[in-house]
Amino acid sequence: MEVRKGLLYSKEHEWVQEINDSVVRVGITAYAQDQLGDIVYIELPAINAEVGKGDPFTVVESVKAASDVFSPVSGTIMAVNETLEDSPELINESPYDEGWIIEVKCDDLDLSDLMTAEEYALYVEEV
Amino acid sequence: MLLLDLSVPGRRGYVLPELDVEETPIEELIPEAYLRESDLGLPELTEPEVVRYFTQLSRKNHGVDVGFYPLGSCTMKYNPRVNEDIAAMPGFSRIHPRQPESTVQGALQLMYELDGYLAEISGLAKTSLQPAAGAHGELTGLLIIKAYHEFSGEGRQRREIIIPDSAHGTNPASAQMAGFIAREISSNSRGGVDVEALREMVGPQTAGLMLTNPNTLGLFDENVETIAKIIHDAGGLLYYDGANANAIMGIVRPGDTGFDIVHFNLHKTFSTPHGGGGPGSGPIVVSEALVDFLPDPIVEYTDGKYHLVRPKHSIGPVKAFYGNFAVMVKAYAYIRHLGAAGLKRVSENAVLNANYVMNQLKQDYYLPYDRICMHEFVLSGKRQKELGATTLDIAKRLLDYGVHAPTIYFPLIVDEAIMVEPTETESKATLDAFVEAMREIAQEAKDDPEKLRSAPTRTPVVRLDETKAARNPILTRKALV
Repeated sequence: MEVRKGLLYSKEHEWVQEINDSVVRVGITAYAQDQLGDIVYIELPAINAEVGKGDPFTVVESVKAASDVFSPVSGTIMAVNETLEDSPELINESPYDEGWIIEVKCDDLDLSDLMTAEEYALYVEEV
Repeated sequence: MLLLDLSVPGRRGYVLPELDVEETPIEELIPEAYLRESDLGLPELTEPEVVRYFTQLSRKNHGVDVGFYPLGSCTMKYNPRVNEDIAAMPGFSRIHPRQPESTVQGALQLMYELDGYLAEISGLAKTSLQPAAGAHGELTGLLIIKAYHEFSGEGRQRREIIIPDSAHGTNPASAQMAGFIAREISSNSRGGVDVEALREMVGPQTAGLMLTNPNTLGLFDENVETIAKIIHDAGGLLYYDGANANAIMGIVRPGDTGFDIVHFNLHKTFSTPHGGGGPGSGPIVVSEALVDFLPDPIVEYTDGKYHLVRPKHSIGPVKAFYGNFAVMVKAYAYIRHLGAAGLKRVSENAVLNANYVMNQLKQDYYLPYDRICMHEFVLSGKRQKELGATTLDIAKRLLDYGVHAPTIYFPLIVDEAIMVEPTETESKATLDAFVEAMREIAQEAKDDPEKLRSAPTRTPVVRLDETKAARNPILTRKALV
């Protein structure tokens, strides 16, 4: 299962990509989509909604289960990947690229407790 | 194939006698605006064609009357036919909810006594028979918790309901519906609530805790009294999800271990039909302190008569009239038929059967929590997954053996979960046949995993594309033809 280098990872299996000093892109990892199975629906959050670190910001439904996705950062949602509304399978097919979920603008970007790709790969092995 | 497809114009299964009174034209009876212009479009068939059509449809289905149905957490036990006979008795089936109390004393007596039996089984004070299903009972119980805190002036502050990660998905959904914030608490290594984490989590914001005991792993939480004390000390209430009550009847009473509210699924524990077989029923039983908040009405017995009464601080009705009365009759018949000793034997045998099957299978499948289980147990298909056959494939293959698949991928805390609940109504021969099928499937996973991946092959329909069905559902016949 791919763990992409250069991204940061949460224990809840979200990835974080730094777009610039205050904006990050968030999605779920290849491991997470594999565990969920075929994703059939995602409830996208509203643009400009506030998210808190550790709070659920969306629900993904697969043929197996409905699961919360937790925000790894605190901030304001700047963009959502609206393509997912009609094509939720992109999360399965391309979790790190076309399957991104939201972009968050953070006033005080704190990524210190996230894992590196190497750390996350080890973490997944232990789960 | 629908009945409409079989229809032949003019074919009929019934001939009405000649009209022997003068016919009045329908235009004289009904205003023109309300008269239909098109044909009714009903299929035209003979009676045997209709009977064969529905009989054949029913043969394509799997039910507990056809074969073993070990669907974990659903308690798919046999429903004794005598309960149907009793529920169909005219004194029960031909009464109307608007009849005066004095003319339905027998029905009210049955409700009052069923209320008392459920109170005795749960170790609590008084029952509302109104909720129509388990999750409806949950919502009702939570609304009572809310009303209780509002009454004591703490409604604004007590917003959180704590729910273990092994709980039924309905628990957080019900908490949300009732306006609470659901907070998840993790399980410890024995599959019970992490008591230390619970101590950290409770506070003046705690409204209550929902616990299923035994939980969805089929394990009894031995710390239940400690858990109850932590919640009560923090000012919260304890809700018992009775989905798994089939394991505890006559052995332990939730009220005695500190619970304030309990719901029962009559269609699980008390042997009334599930789903399409009839409506559900999810009565709740509450402690003395909560009786005044129960839904309206409850049945009381005063001055030698049964009365429908609105509790003093009632949360109001949660369903029209009194709930699903015919289901109550069936549960009442079941309880009276078995008696206290019989109900205890039900639970003993449900637990014995589950432990028997679990021990027969733990060599062939990974058993994540290897301890004595209650009425159900959870295996993991992760060894088979490594061989190339997932839990879904195992479940599909079981259909070829004439067995309904167990609950799969639940609880979420077990990877590749297979949740088996044999119930007490199955013979040892049936259990052994299931064990044999599961062993053969484990062997097939080793020898020929493709056989599992392409299962089922012996059912009326083979493997369905669940993903496509969820992404592009066809919901009308028009979309199909």
